Amino acid sequence: MKDLITNLNKIFESRVRLGIMSVLTVNESYDFNSLKEALAVTDGNLASHLKALEKEGMIAVEKQFIDRKPNTSYSATKKGRAAFSEHISALENLIRET
Amino acid sequence: MKNEPNTLEDIKAIRKLMEESTRFLSLSGLSGVIAGTAALAGALLAWLFIDDTWSLAGVAAVVLVISLTFAYFLSIKKAKRDKKHFWTPVSRKMLLNLFIPLATGGALAIIFLIKGNFQLVVPVFLIFYGLALINASKFTLGEIFYLGLLEIATGLLVTLFPDLWLIGWSLGFGVLHIVYGLLMYGKYGK
Repeated sequence: MKDLITNLNKIFESRVRLGIMSVLTVNESYDFNSLKEALAVTDGNLASHLKALEKEGMIAVEKQFIDRKPNTSYSATKKGRAAFSEHISALENLIRET
Repeated sequence: MKNEPNTLEDIKAIRKLMEESTRFLSLSGLSGVIAGTAALAGALLAWLFIDDTWSLAGVAAVVLVISLTFAYFLSIKKAKRDKKHFWTPVSRKMLLNLFIPLATGGALAIIFLIKGNFQLVVPVFLIFYGLALINASKFTLGEIFYLGLLEIATGLLVTLFPDLWLIGWSLGFGVLHIVYGLLMYGKYGK
């Protein structure tokens, strides 16, 4: 049992973070508001999870202005993609084995 | 530590998010039926009453506007009913990919009209509409791809037999849309 969970990454343990990584691995980049709508979470909640993922180097942040309005978009880093795919495989193994 | 139902739920949520963030799934089947009916009505009108080219182009434009308007509002309604958002990065991508070939086809059709190459107008627009659907199919229901192929085939056929333009119009914009709309209606609901 212990072997099974060693590949589970602590950083992805919340549903919101799983959601963020799911969206970012299949899209080149996604902006804050669209991410908020897709995941149906509040601003503060999303922001804190994004910050955590950014700190771990899982996602990259790009701030720019569109029509003079600030627009923040996020993308998964190479490290983030690899870590997330490992995490998903671990989840799938967990289901298969139990 | 997590228990298994939770893990299963997680994986389901991940799958759903990946699918919904890359494909616009709120395309209304009913709007296909309406577009098809409008095109058939236009074809009937053209067959019975109209023989000058510019009135014909006017009828085609009206049919196009009616179809797009219904597609827009019915899809917004469907998105609301399914508790999804209509205006998302993926719906924007889908529209961009649809409208580039579609606008090119429209511009070509107008150029042919002005230059007097009347028999190329309908087939060229059918072909470009088909290409537009195939281009957009990467970001929405995959079935649109096959609708696009059939539109292109119809367009090529009319290019080969220009006298069949009215039949091509009725088939490509009318019958195909109605059949497609009914199939999608049955598969995904309104």
